[in-house]
Order: sequence, then structure tokens, then C-alpha cells
Amino acid sequence: MSWIENRFEEGVIVTSLDWFLNWGKTSSIWPMTFGLACCAIEMMATGASRFDLDRFGAGAFRATPRQSDLMIVAGTVTYKMASRLKRLYNQMPEPKYVMAMGACTIGGGPYFKHGYHVVKGVDLVVPVDIYVPGCPPRPEALIEGLMRLQDKIRNSSIAKKASA
Amino acid sequence: MSPEAICNLLKKRFGEAIVATAADTPHPCAVVRAVDWLVVARFLRDDPQLRFNMLRCITALDLVADNKLAAVYDLVAMHDKWAAGNREQGRASEQTGSVADDGGGLDYACLHIFAVRIEVERANPHIPSVAAVWPAADWHEREAYDLMGIRFDQHPDEVSDHDGTHPRRILCPDDWEGYPLRKDYLYPLEYHGIPGTTEYELTSPKH
Repeated sequence: MSWIENRFEEGVIVTSLDWFLNWGKTSSIWPMTFGLACCAIEMMATGASRFDLDRFGAGAFRATPRQSDLMIVAGTVTYKMASRLKRLYNQMPEPKYVMAMGACTIGGGPYFKHGYHVVKGVDLVVPVDIYVPGCPPRPEALIEGLMRLQDKIRNSSIAKKASA
Repeated sequence: MSPEAICNLLKKRFGEAIVATAADTPHPCAVVRAVDWLVVARFLRDDPQLRFNMLRCITALDLVADNKLAAVYDLVAMHDKWAAGNREQGRASEQTGSVADDGGGLDYACLHIFAVRIEVERANPHIPSVAAVWPAADWHEREAYDLMGIRFDQHPDEVSDHDGTHPRRILCPDDWEGYPLRKDYLYPLEYHGIPGTTEYELTSPKH
């Protein structure tokens, strides 16, 4: 590698573009404030000081889809809410990720059989990247889900679109 | 007033508009004919002896065995010295500050409670709206329409669509079909492209 040696001053780092972009994306996953039911309480606990989602750079809950990267669907999605959820998802800029938090969002949960108004899984409305089971999931589980999402982003490449 | 006295007063005043009474039950009520309900409601509110100034709740029932729907109105008479006939006097004394006994018109003591039950046919469930009598009835009637399909005529917030004129829905989306809390309600198998089946195999995402 003689052609590149001693050509730069100190303080210059050489890396791949993929690594650099993924480092930026994994370190600042801004979630959208999207609590729909009781799971939102656990999501708030995860964001608060005891569990501190900011350690992962994901503590900046945005109140608008246009500034967020991650939609944590925290709570029961009803048919009435589904169209709003779809619209909010469409308003998020790429790259965007969806985390289905809790039993209701994953597959209808306790409302699967007798909930006339509950969507049987938010993946019927928007594509989901990470499923976090629980009713509701503990903050540790949500943090685990977030770290798995970071793994997924780290392994993505701009050369090919990440599979949903 | 005791429930017996209220029943007797209503029967004496309205005769055959009162279909039945049940005074010595834990939930004393009178069954009122639907067409006479508005008149009876105004009497219940305005009569100086009764003064039912608060509608606490409307309960809707699906009586499948009798092929009927029912609405139960829970009424409360709160102590209200202004409504007892000296409304103007009460206002005047409050303005001058001459009377400072209990400091207001309501002291939240319950005088008596009573319930009115109205039964209608499932095929044609029409009950006159009493939102003009008790404003609390507005949302309760919207909910009773939304979930049970009881149509409240002359409702202040009514809409007209392919299903006729009825109160606006309050919980379900406006284009919802059917009334979810009826005993014979069938769950939607699809809503705006989202499958609603309860079979696991049929709820796989398509993206």
C-alpha cells in the first residue's frame, strides 16, 4: 500500500463508505413517539433514566414522522388506527424501520379471536423489521430488539437494498 | 321520593304510556313506551317533585330471546335549590351576597334515583333522542347507536348515509358496517384491504 502511505496528515481515518454510513445510522436511530396502548408505558420506561435508551443513541423521541428513523408500534392497532399508521409510515424518510412491540402488534394478541376491531398483526399494514414479544415486553426486551435492529443496520450495504 | 311513589306518579300522569313498573327491586325502573319517551323525560326533569336533573348513564341491551333491543336510562335527582322553584330568588341573593348558607346551587346530595327502560323491536329500533332534555345523552346515544344500533331520532349530531339517518358513530370508523356488541354480530373478514380473519394461515403479511 505504498501509494497511499504518508500522503495524509495525522487525524485522517480511512474506512469503507458502508461502514461509515452504517455507523451513523446505528448510532442515531431516532424513534417516533408512537404509543398506542399499555406497551407505550414500557417504551417510556425504556426511554427514561433507569434504562436510558440514549445510551444507544435512540433516546430522541420525535413527535413527527418526518424526523424519525424508527417507528416503535407500541400498543394495540385498531382498524381505525391502521390507515393513520400507514400514513405516518409513508411520511417517514428513508431509511426507515418498524419495530412491532408487544403481542397485539405482532399478531392481535389477546384480541386475535374476539377483537372485532383489532388488526391481526401490524405486519398486515406496514413491513416490520423487528418483533419484540411480550405483553408488554420489559424494557430489557425492547433494548434487545433495538440492538438486533442495530445489527441489521450494521450488516446492510448501500450496494443492495436491505431486505424487509 | 320512594320508587313506589315515583312509579305511582308516572302511572297516574301518563297512564298507558307506562308499560310496566318495578319499584321493589334493587334497580327500580319503569318501562316506558318509546313514542312517549320525550314527553315523559321532560316531565321527569321538570316536575318539581321529581327534578331528575342528571342522566347518569344509558345502557343498551340486546334481548335476543324477545327479539328486542332495550335502552335503560339511569336518572339521578341532585339537590338543587335553584330548580326547586326559587331559581330567580337564588340568583338575586347570590348577586347581593345576602345569603351565604351553603354557597351554591348544588350541594351534591342525591335526593332519589330511578331508571327508565325502553324496549323496541330489533327490526325497527327507533327511540326519540333526549339529548335536548339532558345534554349528557348526546354521546351516550351515539355510543348506543354505534355498538348496538339503536336509532335515536332527532339527535343533535346525526348523519345521513346509505343506512338512513342516525346519530354519528363515536367509536368505530364512520364507514363501519354493523353493530359490534349485538349478539348476532359477525366480525369483518376484511377492512380496507386488511384481512380480519381469525385463522392463523390467512393472516400472513403481503408486502
